[in-house]
Amino acid sequence: MIRVPELVSKEESPAKEASQKDASVSSPAESGPPQYVITAENLTKRYGDVVAVDGISFSVPAGEAFGLLGPNGAGKSTTMKMIGGVSQRTSGSLSIMGLDPDQNGPEVRAHLGVVPQQDNLDEELKVRDNLLVYGRYFGLPMSYLRPKADELLEFAQLTDKAKSKVDALSGGMKRRLTIARSLINEPRILLLDEPTTGLDPQARHILWDRLFRLKEQGVTLILTTHYMDEAEQLCDRLIVVDKGRIMAEGSPASLIREYSTREVLELRFGSERNATVGTELEGIGERLETLPDRVLIYAHDGEAALEEVSARGLHPVTSLVRRSSLEDVFLRLTGRSLVD
Amino acid sequence: MTRKAGLPEQPAATGPAAGAAPGGTAPAALRAHSPEVSAARARRWGSLYFAEHVLRVMKSYGWTIVMYGVGQPVAYLFAMGVGLATLVDTNSEAGFGGVSYLTFIAPALLISAAVMTAANEFTFPVMDGFKWRRIYFGPHASPLTPEQIALGQIIAVTVRFLVQSAIYFAVVALFGAAPSGWGWVSILVATLSGLSFGLPLMAYAASIKEDKGQFAMVMRFIVMPLFLFSGTFFPLDTLPLAVRWIGWISPIWHGTELGRVFSYGYEEPPLLTILHLVFLLALTVAGWVLTKRQFIKRMGG
Amino acid sequence: MSALTTSHSATEAARNRKFGPLYSRNVRAVVARGLMATKSSNWMVMLSGFFEPVLYLISMGVGLGAIVGTVQGPGGGEISYAAYIAPALLAVSAMNGAVYDSTWNVFFKMNFAKLYQGMLYTSLGPLDVAMGEIFLALLRGLMYATGFTAVMGLMGLITTPWAILMIPAAVLIAFGFASFGMGITSFMKTFQQMDWINFFMLPMFLFSATFYPLSVYPQYIQWLIQAMPLWHGVELLRQISVGIFTPATAVHVGYYLVMIAFGVLLTTGRLRRLFLK
Repeated sequence: MIRVPELVSKEESPAKEASQKDASVSSPAESGPPQYVITAENLTKRYGDVVAVDGISFSVPAGEAFGLLGPNGAGKSTTMKMIGGVSQRTSGSLSIMGLDPDQNGPEVRAHLGVVPQQDNLDEELKVRDNLLVYGRYFGLPMSYLRPKADELLEFAQLTDKAKSKVDALSGGMKRRLTIARSLINEPRILLLDEPTTGLDPQARHILWDRLFRLKEQGVTLILTTHYMDEAEQLCDRLIVVDKGRIMAEGSPASLIREYSTREVLELRFGSERNATVGTELEGIGERLETLPDRVLIYAHDGEAALEEVSARGLHPVTSLVRRSSLEDVFLRLTGRSLVD
Repeated sequence: MTRKAGLPEQPAATGPAAGAAPGGTAPAALRAHSPEVSAARARRWGSLYFAEHVLRVMKSYGWTIVMYGVGQPVAYLFAMGVGLATLVDTNSEAGFGGVSYLTFIAPALLISAAVMTAANEFTFPVMDGFKWRRIYFGPHASPLTPEQIALGQIIAVTVRFLVQSAIYFAVVALFGAAPSGWGWVSILVATLSGLSFGLPLMAYAASIKEDKGQFAMVMRFIVMPLFLFSGTFFPLDTLPLAVRWIGWISPIWHGTELGRVFSYGYEEPPLLTILHLVFLLALTVAGWVLTKRQFIKRMGG
Repeated sequence: MSALTTSHSATEAARNRKFGPLYSRNVRAVVARGLMATKSSNWMVMLSGFFEPVLYLISMGVGLGAIVGTVQGPGGGEISYAAYIAPALLAVSAMNGAVYDSTWNVFFKMNFAKLYQGMLYTSLGPLDVAMGEIFLALLRGLMYATGFTAVMGLMGLITTPWAILMIPAAVLIAFGFASFGMGITSFMKTFQQMDWINFFMLPMFLFSATFYPLSVYPQYIQWLIQAMPLWHGVELLRQISVGIFTPATAVHVGYYLVMIAFGVLLTTGRLRRLFLK
C-alpha cells in the first residue's frame, strides 16, 4: 500500500514487518526465514522449437528487489509473463504466494501489480478514469477507488493531469501512470518489465525514486532491465539471464567482485594500433580485453596499471581509470556481439 | 474499510494489505480488500467489470453513437420511407403485403443499423485491444481471464445495440410504422442479429495479427452486399436467383423477416419464423465459441 | 560545398517565386510518391471502392426497379429506374471517393503518419503537397468513373454517345469536393470531429434527388437541397446520361468551378497558416 511518505518513519520499519507477515501467508506451515513469495524450479517455456526459458530456478523472499538482467531475447519478458500468470509454462514448477499461476491465474494475478514493457493504457479515457477502471477489475468499490486514485496520482506526480486525456501525456508521465495503475489494488508484489526504457534521465530518476519508496514500504519488486545503472540502483539481488539460462546470481556488488576487478583502465591507441598493442600490454592487470576502439585492462588498482603501461614506453592517446560496474560483468557474461 | 462481510474467514488480518499497516499511523487508512476477495469477485463478475470499462469508453463518444446508430437509420427512413415511397407506393399497391413502404422498410433499417454497428464494434476495438493500443493486456494482467474480457466487450456492445435500437424503435413508433403491439420485440431481434453477425466477425478480428485493411474489405464486400441484397428495400423474391441466395445466408435478411413478423404481423409459415431464429442463434453461439477460443489462444500463449 | 551553394540558390529561388515558400513547382514528386505507395498497398481495397456504386446500382436498379417501373427522366421522357439512379450513383461515388481521399486520408497522414511534416522538411511547399494529393484523388476518381460508366454500358443503360462525357464530369465533381474537403480537414483535430463530415454527407447522399425526384419535397426543402453541391452533380450527370442539355447545365458546371476555386483558395490559405507560421 502507498502512504504519504511523511508518515513513514524509519523506526517503524514497515518493510520488514510487512515482509514477515507476507511470508507467513505464503507458507504458513514453515517457520523461520527465508520465506519466499516466488519460487521457480526448472522453469521452462518453449514456443514450438524455440526455447525461450530453459530450466531456470530462483526464489524471491518477501520485500526483496529482484532483478532479471539480460540482452534482448534472453527470456526475461517470458519469465515475467509466466510469473504474471498470463503465459503457461511448458515444464518445471512455479509458485507465487504458494499458488500455481497456471491453475489459479485470477488468484495469483490478484496479488500482483504489473507494469508491462509496452504501456497499454486506455487512451480514450482520462488519466484518473484509467485508474478507476483498472481498480474495478479487482472488484474494488468506487468508495475505495476514488480517494485511492487521487492518492496514487499524487504519488505519480500527475495530480494536475487527472482530467487530461492519456494521449496528451509525455512518455515519462504515461510510465508513471502505468505504475500508479499497477498499485491500485495495493499489491505486495510488483512486476516491472523494463520500467524506464525510452525515458529521459529526469524521468528515470523520478521513477527510481518512486520505486525505492515502494521498496521501503516492503513491496517485493521483480524487475527486468537492460540498464545496468538501474539494476545497481534498485536491485538487492539479481540474476543475469542469457539464452534462457541463468549465467550468474547475486547482489550487484558480489557479482562485480566475482566477475570483474575493482577497477578498469581504458586505453585508446587509435583504431589502427589497438589490435596490435595487445601483446605489449601482456601481464598488466588481471585480464585484458581488446576492442576495436579501445583496450580494457581489468585491475585491482587502475592507476598502478597505468603507470606500468607508461613504464613500458607505451603512450595511449587517452586513458581513463574507473570503477568496475555491472556493465562489465554483464558484457563479460553475455558477450559483446549484438543480439537481435 | 472495504473488507466485506461474507468473507470473514479470510486468513484475516494477516492479509498482505493489512500487514503493511504499522499500528495506526494512517488514520482510517484507505485499504484495498485482500487479493483473495479480489480474485473471488473477479471470477464471479469479471466480464461485467470489463463491460463497464468499454461502456465508459463508449460514453466518451456517445454523440457519435447516437448519430450513427440512430441518425443514420432515421435519415434512411425519411429518405426511403417517405421520399422514395412516393414512387413505390403509387406504382405498386400490393407489393409489400398490404402495408405502406415505410412500414415495410422500418424493421429492415433497424436490423441493418444493428449489423453495421456490429461491423464496427467487433472489429476496430478488438484490433485495438490486441494490437494497436493493446488495451486488452491491461485487464489481462489483472485477475480477469481472456474469456471474461471477450464477454465483457460483447456485453457492452449488446447494451449499445439495445439502447440504439430502442431509440430508433421509438422514432418508428412515432411515425406510426410499427402497427403491431409486438413491435418492441424487434429491438431484441435487432440485438440478436447484431450478435449473430458480430460474433463470428469478432473471432476473425481476434485472429488478425497484421492490419492490411481487412476491415475495409469486410465492410465493402460483406456488410454492403448484405445490406443491399437482404430484402431491405424490396422483397427478396424480386431479385434474380443469382443474387437472391445472398439473402438466405444473411443475418440481415433473417433478422429483417423476423422483425417484420413482429412489427406488422408479416405472414410467413411458422416454420420459417423458427428457422430465422435458429439461424441467428446458431451463428451467435458458433461466433462465441470461436471468439472465446481465439481470445484464450491469443492471451494464454 | 557545391551542395551548399545549390541549396542556397534554391532558397533564393523560392523567395522569388510567386507563391514563395508555399509552392516549389514540384507536384510531380508528391504524385510519384503516392503512386509508389499505391503499388505496395492493398489492391483489393483500392478496387473495392469501385464495387460499392455497382452494388447499389444492381440492388436498387434491378430489385427496386422491378417494383418502381419507369420514371420521368430529364426532358420528360420515361426511363427505367436503373437508368434514373445510375448517374446519381456515379455522382455520389465521385463525391465519396474525393471526400475520403481529401479528408480521412489527409487527416491520417497529417496527424498520425506525419507524412507531410517529412515532406515539408524537403524543398516541397505545402501547395505542392495539396495539389499532389488532390491530383491522386482525381486519378482514382477517373478510374472509378470509367469503370462505372462501362458497367452502365454493359447493363444497357447508355443510350447516347454523350454519356461518355459523364467521365470528365465526374472528375469535375470530384475536384470540387476534394479541394474543399482538404481545406475543411485542416480545421479538424480529432477523429470524432472527422465523423461530422460523414453526418453531413449521408443526408446529402440520401436527399439530393438520388433515388427519387426533387418534386416530392415542399418548396423550401427543394431550395435547400438545390443549394447543396451534390444535387448539382446528380443533375449534371443525369442530363449528360440522356444527352439533354439546358441552361441549367451551365449552372451546374459553374457551381463546381466556383467550388473548386473557393476550395483551392481555402486550402492554400489554411496550409499557409498551418505550416508556415
